Amino acid sequence: MSAVGVVALALLSAAALLVLVRLVRGPRVLDRIVAVEVLVTLVLAGICVAIAVWRYTMFVPVLIVLALLGFIGAMTAARLVEEREDLR
Amino acid sequence: MRPALDAALEVVSAVLLLTGAAFCLLGAVGLVRFPDIPTRLHASSKAQTLGVLLTLVGAAVRVSFPYAGLLLLIALFQLFTVPVAGQVIGRVAYRTGAVDPNTLTIDELADRLASPDAEASADPDDTGTGTDEGGDAGGVDGGRAG
Repeated sequence: MSAVGVVALALLSAAALLVLVRLVRGPRVLDRIVAVEVLVTLVLAGICVAIAVWRYTMFVPVLIVLALLGFIGAMTAARLVEEREDLR
Repeated sequence: MRPALDAALEVVSAVLLLTGAAFCLLGAVGLVRFPDIPTRLHASSKAQTLGVLLTLVGAAVRVSFPYAGLLLLIALFQLFTVPVAGQVIGRVAYRTGAVDPNTLTIDELADRLASPDAEASADPDDTGTGTDEGGDAGGVDGGRAG
């Protein structure tokens, strides 16, 4: 089971590196907003792996906060881009 | 019975975690390789979400009851919020000119915006000229509670 956790975390780390590439190169602000949202989701998945493999159940509230924060942050940033023309 | 059940749940959880992480990686690859914002939203809101849902379920089958319920609740919350966020970001991309019209096969929103009653139907929640303008900097309404 521990080997499964290590492999899953390695896959998620590779995914996070790819998302960082998009975050640096994204031509528009909206691309970066999507990239940050995906990064939050990847952190959520990584904490899930830690909960499942090593029984870190004390991190479940962190999952709730992250899910809420990613959603609200992405929507707020998108509405800000809609309002301000210097961010497009 | 109980050790056999635990072993079976461990196998199920391992399969779910690995497939979920693989789907997350696929979503990240799509985010890097796709050319414009709608396709990147597609990758992030489908592959990525399926990956995190599988990971959440894989964690839920390994922990005790209250935590498992919370994890499934988070999965349900993801199912509700991800489409909303994706739709809002896609709409902002369209309205700010980030979507190339030549890449669209069907463009229903342009017809809606060009129709005569566009003022009424195009954007029901656009605040336009804000309701808070007018310079009433005080904002105190006397506090008549009761």
